[in-house]
Amino acid sequence: MSDTIAPETSTPATKVETPFRRFASEFFESRIATVALCLLGLIIVLAVLAPWITPQNPYDLAQVDVMDGRLPPGSEAFAGYTMWLGSDGSGRDLYSAILYGLRISLSVGVASGIIALTIGMAIGLLAAYAGGRTENIIMRVVDLQLSFPAALVALMLVAIMGKGVDKIILALVVAQWAYYARTVRGTALVERNKEYVEAAQCLGLSRLRVVFRHILPNCLAPLIVVGTVQTAHAISLEATLSFLGVGLPQTEPSLGVLIANGFEYMLSGRYWISVFPGLALLLTVVSINLVGDQLRDVLNPRLKK
Amino acid sequence: MTKVTTALAVATSIIALAATSASAEKLTIGLASEPTAMDPHFHNLGPNNAMAFHIYDRLVAQDEKQNLTPGLAVSWQPIDDLTWEFKLREGVTFHDGSDFNADDVLCTIARAPDVPNSPSSFGAYLKGKTAEKIDDYTVHIKTAEPYPLMANDISTIPIVSDSAGCAATTEEFNAGTAAVGTGPFKFGNYKPGESITMLRNDAYWGDAPAWTEVEFRPIKSGPSRVAALLAGDVDMIAGVPTTDIATLEANEDIQLSQGVSNRVIYLHLDQFRENSPFVKGNDGAEIKNPLMDPKVRTAISKAINRDAIVDRVMEGVALPAGQLLPDGFFGVSENLQPVAYDPEGAKALLAEAGYPDGFQLTIHGPNDRYINDAKIAEAIGQMLTRVGIKTSVETMPRSVYFGRASKGSPEGLPEFSFILVGWGAGSGEASSPLKSLIHSYDKDKGFGSSNRGRHSSAEIDAVIEEALRTVDDAKRQELLAQATEMAIENVAIIPTHFQVNTWAAKKGLEYIPRTDEYTFATGVVKQ
Amino acid sequence: MTVFIIRRLMQALLVVFLMSVIVFFGVNVIGDPVHMLVSPDADQADIEATIRRLGLDRPIWEQYLLFVSGAAQGNLGNSFIFGEPALKLILHHMPATLELAFSALFLAVAVGVPLGLYAGLYPDSLLSKGIMAGSILGFSLPTFWVGLMLIMLFAVELGWLPSTGRGDTGHILGIETSLATRDGLSHVLLPAMNLALLKISLAIRLTRAGVREAMGQDYVKYARAKGLSTRRIVFVHVLKNIMIPVVTVMGLEFGSLIGFSVVTESIFAWPGMGKLLIDAILQLDRPVVVAYLMIIVLFFVLINLIVDILYSILDPRVRLRDQGA
Repeated sequence: MSDTIAPETSTPATKVETPFRRFASEFFESRIATVALCLLGLIIVLAVLAPWITPQNPYDLAQVDVMDGRLPPGSEAFAGYTMWLGSDGSGRDLYSAILYGLRISLSVGVASGIIALTIGMAIGLLAAYAGGRTENIIMRVVDLQLSFPAALVALMLVAIMGKGVDKIILALVVAQWAYYARTVRGTALVERNKEYVEAAQCLGLSRLRVVFRHILPNCLAPLIVVGTVQTAHAISLEATLSFLGVGLPQTEPSLGVLIANGFEYMLSGRYWISVFPGLALLLTVVSINLVGDQLRDVLNPRLKK
Repeated sequence: MTKVTTALAVATSIIALAATSASAEKLTIGLASEPTAMDPHFHNLGPNNAMAFHIYDRLVAQDEKQNLTPGLAVSWQPIDDLTWEFKLREGVTFHDGSDFNADDVLCTIARAPDVPNSPSSFGAYLKGKTAEKIDDYTVHIKTAEPYPLMANDISTIPIVSDSAGCAATTEEFNAGTAAVGTGPFKFGNYKPGESITMLRNDAYWGDAPAWTEVEFRPIKSGPSRVAALLAGDVDMIAGVPTTDIATLEANEDIQLSQGVSNRVIYLHLDQFRENSPFVKGNDGAEIKNPLMDPKVRTAISKAINRDAIVDRVMEGVALPAGQLLPDGFFGVSENLQPVAYDPEGAKALLAEAGYPDGFQLTIHGPNDRYINDAKIAEAIGQMLTRVGIKTSVETMPRSVYFGRASKGSPEGLPEFSFILVGWGAGSGEASSPLKSLIHSYDKDKGFGSSNRGRHSSAEIDAVIEEALRTVDDAKRQELLAQATEMAIENVAIIPTHFQVNTWAAKKGLEYIPRTDEYTFATGVVKQ
Repeated sequence: MTVFIIRRLMQALLVVFLMSVIVFFGVNVIGDPVHMLVSPDADQADIEATIRRLGLDRPIWEQYLLFVSGAAQGNLGNSFIFGEPALKLILHHMPATLELAFSALFLAVAVGVPLGLYAGLYPDSLLSKGIMAGSILGFSLPTFWVGLMLIMLFAVELGWLPSTGRGDTGHILGIETSLATRDGLSHVLLPAMNLALLKISLAIRLTRAGVREAMGQDYVKYARAKGLSTRRIVFVHVLKNIMIPVVTVMGLEFGSLIGFSVVTESIFAWPGMGKLLIDAILQLDRPVVVAYLMIIVLFFVLINLIVDILYSILDPRVRLRDQGA
């Protein structure tokens, strides 16, 4: 596994410039990945800036008028601005709704990813470091959780807890933490037996210090790869839950809810209501996946030419 | 048997055979919602009832406008204040060949209210009624008080066979062994989630159905259902999504049928709490419940643009509502029109009531129960926000919604302040919504059970109760109309629109739309 | 070995028990099935009668004890909606879901491996790039969206395949399945394709990665040096080596196929247990939700156990032991 490159990528600022540069130049070798990264950056910027660059706040009922409903792209809204992507059934300007929806979807994906990563990492490290009985029990639970379909876990949890952004995040965390735990433990097990850990132990460093300062940084590379893929996965899963009627509230639609709502318009000839939100989701998820792919290739020394 | 009847039977079967070979006689229908059992008394639910009425007859049937017509009873009338006499049809046989008579009626009336594990029984229609067999073809049903709606209640109960059905379990009905009725179709096959097949009853006492075999397929997802019709996998679908109506209308291979239903969509307003949990002042502080004030309720009604809801949200497939049932039903008022959209008038009324700057309100509604329910709630939220009532919208699945709307507060009272609900008048006349939605909540009498706003007016209650005791039709009609007018005058509830249902069939077929929203194979006619 | 199996079975029981507590109490706190189930015409007395009939008037712990004592006798309760035993309903719907999942798995391997092989052998060709782009799309498109598109294309526009439903069934080895008839097969193709999409992408990527890695390894170099034909190297040596991980991973994905069948089944009106579950959730049919989960947990715990035992038989280096536990 990667014992030379990974730590440098994780702490680029503190180390010398060269390894990060090398990593960057390797990453940008692929034109597709470069484009994907730029696209992803653009999407994030658009989502963050949504309130300032959209003509309508789609969550403010005073600004949404049902009389504007189902207008084709380029129509003029009652309030005077042009709806470049048309409007949905409730009169929301789709351009505004998509950017606001992206905000929710991205935050749900990232928040659930970060929480799941933290929990999974802690548990995985614990398992790898403690070993023996603790490790055995933890890994049994992880295995069981992994054998369980994530979609089903999330579905059941939402069914039990009800709707809401916090509940969806929680459901996604529960559905995903085990992936991180397994990844961390796998890497940590390899690291544990390396000389530098032995050396650190010989120096009499505390266990915690060894785990957090020495083993953890070496686990970060695979974690980042898993993290990107899982974040994309979380965003798709949220859309699926919305389609099944157990996702986020309809009045403040995330991208997933917009797509789920668009589903009923797919045969209606009003293509824009389903196509544009779908396209936005597709671009987001594809670009995250492409970036994740390239990260995997760059961080995996076995594929080096 | 005499020779003549044998010859006749042969002749009919030859005609039937000829008809079979003349054209494809199998009809496949895609349903939006699936029956939960083949036991006609297990679950009092629209899809179950629609399915049951293919296999079983009722003493009194309802035509497509829900007018009462003779079924297994040829006539019915009150013979004194407390007794109704039903004369039964003679010469009717069940699918298993046994004869139909008064015993079947009596055992059905005993079974229907009390099926084990039933999630929703027929008890409400049979409460306080005792049936008595006079002879094989005469049944008397008695009540403790004069009861004009006897025939309406009886028209909901499918008659099962004394020998095959009355003692049977729901599982036996589902397996088909007990599913023996007198109806136009015989039980064929029941595969839950997949299909229900029925075969023509050639010995049917009424008009023989045009189809030798009917298959119902539940396809819950709206777009998939439309696609199944377009692909030719089904001949007809029920519950056409409003979003697809325009495209289907333009499609020459598809024939649409539309009809107004008995379902009104309306708003209930909290009229029983001094401080209502989802009404707040503009600063978010608790205020005295403004919904108690009829002026505020009128203002809300005026602020709602019903034409916009019909035109934009429902894509034209609905009727603006000014009362509890659409025109043509028994007990509707001729004097009531939908309240006109008047935002300026609404603002003026709010100011007059002491709320010139409005207040904060939350509208709650289901998102998977009525046609476009969540979108309607949103549209109403927009409209109220425009006249100064800053409204937030919260919709939820009906599994959560109805429980909370009925008794979700800590005290077991309705939880919400302002809700969107619908009401379908199963009896086909105005007493149904009046007694459940408008009458004061009264547990002992069983009135006001769905009065989730708890509007209460002794005068209206008196008129409703009098109507429910009045056997004379003309007089009852007048009382019901009067009660409706009083309720609308008080703004007890705010009706928004009547649902219109749409069926779509392939070219050459047409469905006769029904106000009760049922899909009947017998209603599908060849053009 | 026996001790191991017994110990694992005990663990499985513990897991099932814990899940039953969580799920039972979980589904019982949300919503109120009664007010949704009863006819609007029902008056207050009717509603109370229904609450009693469904046993919901008892305190929750009593309901749970009843459930446990029933479960011990193989009765997981009656469905509120259907009135029939929940277990029977689920078992009735299970074959439809399993045949869908197996068909999807088969499609995933049959389509994904050849494409992945090509993309791995010729990573720089245009076709390979197309395949990889396609696999990313397969990962990223929402299943329900693709499902309706498949219906529109193959059923409505082209008219080649039926749009929805399960079709005729026949019997294979005594199991009723639509895989046994032509009509049934034509019905299963579209939903299986829809369900397989994600897994095809996965198979492509796994195979490609495996091939790329294998091609650089010593045994391939050695085989080349020995003068074996590329065809022989790829199809005999490389494929043999990469098929093991691919098949293992795909097998592990079987669970996720069952999970995602919820979506596919709703779109294709497929009468499987996924559709049963989502309907039960939306209608608060608590006994069915609980029973479904019990069965699924048991199912996966048993699969895990069987996999472990198989490994130990196939690979003598793996010892069945339960360190410390």
